[in-house]
Amino acid sequence: MKKLILPLMLLLTTASYAQLLGPNISGNVESTFQYLNEDTLIGAQQPSEKTVLNSYALVNYTYKGFKAGARFESYLPHVLGYPDRFSGTGLGYRYVGYKHDLVEFTAGNFYEQFGSGMIFRSYEQRQLGIDNAMDGLQLKLTPMPGLTIKGIYGKMRFDFNSRLQNSDGLVRGFDGEIDFSQFLGLLDSSKFKLRIGGSFISKYQSVSNAAYIMPKNVGAYGGRIYMKYDKFYLEAEHIIKENDPSQDNGYIFNKGHGTLINMGYSQKGLGIVLSAKSIDNMSFRVNPDLALTDLQINFLPALTKSHTYNLAATLYPYATQPVGEVAFQADVFYKIPKNTKIGGKYGTQINVNFATAYRPVRHTSSINPEDSTGITYKTGLFDKSDSLFYRDFNIEIKRKLNKNWKIGVKYFHFDFNNDANLVTKGASGIISSNIAVIDAQYKISRKHTIRWELQGLWTGKNNRDKGDWVTGLVEYTISPSFFFAVMDQWNYGNPNSSQRLHYLIGSAGYIMGSSRIMVVYGRQREGIFCIGGVCRPVPATNGLTITFTSTF
Amino acid sequence: MKKLFLILPVVALLTMAFIPDGGNGKDGKKVPAVTLKDMQGNTINTADVKNDGKPIVINFWATWCKPCKQELNAIADLYEDWQDETGVKLIAVSVDDQKTTNSVEPYVNSTGWEYDIWMDVNGDLKRAMGVNIPPQTFLVNGEGNIVWSHSGYVPGDEEELYDQILAISK
Repeated sequence: MKKLILPLMLLLTTASYAQLLGPNISGNVESTFQYLNEDTLIGAQQPSEKTVLNSYALVNYTYKGFKAGARFESYLPHVLGYPDRFSGTGLGYRYVGYKHDLVEFTAGNFYEQFGSGMIFRSYEQRQLGIDNAMDGLQLKLTPMPGLTIKGIYGKMRFDFNSRLQNSDGLVRGFDGEIDFSQFLGLLDSSKFKLRIGGSFISKYQSVSNAAYIMPKNVGAYGGRIYMKYDKFYLEAEHIIKENDPSQDNGYIFNKGHGTLINMGYSQKGLGIVLSAKSIDNMSFRVNPDLALTDLQINFLPALTKSHTYNLAATLYPYATQPVGEVAFQADVFYKIPKNTKIGGKYGTQINVNFATAYRPVRHTSSINPEDSTGITYKTGLFDKSDSLFYRDFNIEIKRKLNKNWKIGVKYFHFDFNNDANLVTKGASGIISSNIAVIDAQYKISRKHTIRWELQGLWTGKNNRDKGDWVTGLVEYTISPSFFFAVMDQWNYGNPNSSQRLHYLIGSAGYIMGSSRIMVVYGRQREGIFCIGGVCRPVPATNGLTITFTSTF
Repeated sequence: MKKLFLILPVVALLTMAFIPDGGNGKDGKKVPAVTLKDMQGNTINTADVKNDGKPIVINFWATWCKPCKQELNAIADLYEDWQDETGVKLIAVSVDDQKTTNSVEPYVNSTGWEYDIWMDVNGDLKRAMGVNIPPQTFLVNGEGNIVWSHSGYVPGDEEELYDQILAISK
């Protein structure tokens, strides 16, 4: 680590004297402070410190092809819901590297993704407490136009205890991609576009297990193709993972597979996407004995829309089942043209989405699970059963009525299997719910705008869970510097009358260019917090939260 | 470790103090060099972005980010006029990850946005430009220097952005 300090300091200092040569410094700061109250009604706890703080500062430096950077992190102690191991202040991420037209390398920490990420994805999602940065060496080569080769080798970030703590095991691999629209000028000016790629990843981890002989090296490999012609595209990836007994799969020796197919059509005013996914036994961790989001080597995208309205996003959100699922999704975006009778002066946007996921079939008839192979079932591509994991149908209509008014309505229907994807302790089996949202915005003047949201959620008769909810929100904004909002989430239809609570929360913010400070006070429901399809349970809290972010 | 914690921020602050303040674009802060794909699937180097000496707006958004879409839709109504008057080009950088990145192109085409779209699937440009959460807007002047930045979006912010564009396009 010390080896890194001196060059970094020198470079940062040189930066100030060499402005004309174009050194660049960029980065950001983010701090979240909370003062927490105890609230026994919702199960919100007060830590003995009463206050908590998460804080981050990232600095990137580039000069010509050279780059270096570091991120400080503080958990004093960490915000509730973060991994308990995160504590103290120190360097959580640092790198040096060089980028040339043909070659790019990074030593130290880096993030990288191969293909869709089903084989390898190292990324940071701070709001979810996920950071599996690699620590080692990354190399990207472009030996000729259209050909890209990437290599990675290193350990993965696991923990933070006043400093970065990595996995014991190693992750290494390479990825190659040929883009034929650039490669040898093959499809230079054609409307047809073609890319093919292949990846290989191997992890090494020495594990001892009393019952099983654990493989130390586990490989995964796969290929992908992307084709586009005019307004159509088709994209597919298939990944195979060698036997990888783990806590997630119950220490079986089956191989795993992940298959993802997307196709789409789009033109002005209309877009359609169809997706299909088949996953079996694809949990892939550096250390097979871990759980939750720890040391995950790959990323399995959930085939569902990322909802943003409070009741739709937090109560019954779906996450991929790495052990296995067969899933489908269809998305249609349509804009009724402007200046038409139905479309109105500004046009009307209609978005329809349908997503569903099922348990895969596991054939066991000709298999002896006790034999020495450790293979306990057989399954195929898209071999789905009738056992439903999740279904989501939703439709959204948005329209600008005139210069001042905008209105949107949205309807959702969810069927959620709580046994497969546990989000609530109050129910089992399929929970059905209907959600309706009305969202209206009125522009008072050039800078002043008021917006309302009214949302209702009603659960089915058979499986009530927490019953019915209503959420109201009022937001007042003054461009470019202020915003104020009050939201009340009311569980008025809870079968248990003592739980018919109001979750009232108020927030205010001040924006100064690229900096922003936000103050939130109130009661936050226990639930699942999701960003971009990755979800993390967050505890109930009651208190004050102050967030400061700044970009430079 | 403790020493380092003190030294690095101090050095960083001192360094920044030497660099003239933004606003006039003379600090030479450029768009960092990151290799990405655009929506058409072409590989691009972000540092090579050009607009014939006219201003460029770089806006970070995602299909799941409501204020982002609201901002880009508001600008879309004005974009033709903005382009006629200033020659400005807007690049909308999608930070959608693999879960939602497939719906970027159909969404963009259905809404009729005329922007250039870059796909930042693993957040490489987002990190390099120090973006915390979308939306975040950067304004790049004719010399390729980042001269202004704004975090978040509330209705009316597009007017402020246009005032900034007008100020640098003479």
